[in-house]
Amino acid sequence: MHETTPPPGATAPVFYEQEEHAHGDGGTLFGFWIYLMGDSLIFAVLFACYGVLGRNFAAGPSGADLFDLRLVAVNTGLLLLSSITYGFAMLEMDRDRIDKTLAWLAVTGLLGAAFLGIELYEFAHLIREGATPQRSAFLSSFFTLVGTHGLHVTFGIVWLVTLMVQVRRRGLIVENQRRLMCLSMFWHFLDVVWIGVFTFVYLMGVMQ
Amino acid sequence: MSQAAEPGLAGRSHGHGEAHGEHHPHGTQGTFRSYVTGFVLSVILTAIPFWLVMGDVLDDTRLTGIVIMGFAAVQIVVHMIYFLHMNTKSEGGWTFLALLFTLILVVITLVGSIWVMYHLDQNMMPMPPHEALQKP
Repeated sequence: MHETTPPPGATAPVFYEQEEHAHGDGGTLFGFWIYLMGDSLIFAVLFACYGVLGRNFAAGPSGADLFDLRLVAVNTGLLLLSSITYGFAMLEMDRDRIDKTLAWLAVTGLLGAAFLGIELYEFAHLIREGATPQRSAFLSSFFTLVGTHGLHVTFGIVWLVTLMVQVRRRGLIVENQRRLMCLSMFWHFLDVVWIGVFTFVYLMGVMQ
Repeated sequence: MSQAAEPGLAGRSHGHGEAHGEHHPHGTQGTFRSYVTGFVLSVILTAIPFWLVMGDVLDDTRLTGIVIMGFAAVQIVVHMIYFLHMNTKSEGGWTFLALLFTLILVVITLVGSIWVMYHLDQNMMPMPPHEALQKP
């Protein structure tokens, strides 16, 4: 038998719900990690697509005809540098130095923008030579894969600028620290994807 | 109006931060040393594959392909450890478990697609290049 009504004179029972504090940040960073894992699946599918179609030139130009490895090397260097400058921004964030954090973030954003600029130049050059996405299955999958990565970098830069404004206005509050850590994961993740791109697409594309 | 509201909001948020303490539960975990180590390793692991391909060092392209893919795999691990601060402990091991699961899916996607599609063109009707060009 359940006695749901409190006995006369007693106050109604009060229940305290204990909030779980397993994640100090409410689980945002772990949740963002799960998002990144999902994002890797997108890239896995695009890599698989390129792996299947990357040799179907339809009597058109191949990677060996098109790719300029010096440009790719410069781009790889830029992205790698931007990874370590973002790391420096995080170190300054830990020391609570707003100006230096912002400075390193700005350097990171500029390196990212330079990367994008070179990539857009490369795309424009390819299209001017007639190597458009419509030309062959190889070029379709190439533009889709590399373009998706470039789009990620673009949104990373938009996010970076947004956070710089946030940090400038609100300071390095806990919320902004959390956001910066999420973007940190995103940025380093993009560098990891680029390792796959320059190895699988450019270096192996030039070799055959 | 909004000018008056903002400092209050920022102040409240800051107080919230102090209540949680100055330590970062997850922290960025990185140190200057670990970032520089990761960077130097990455530069080396990037430079060697580019040198192998641009300098045409190995005669066998298949061997070069395998070697540069090995370098890429090692560099991805380096990035995971030194830049993404991956370890088996964070979030009670769930981060690592999610990564392992993703890795399995990625390998199935890549190897499966390439394996299944590799000989598929042999089942298609042969088509010389000049006809392929006319194809819509």
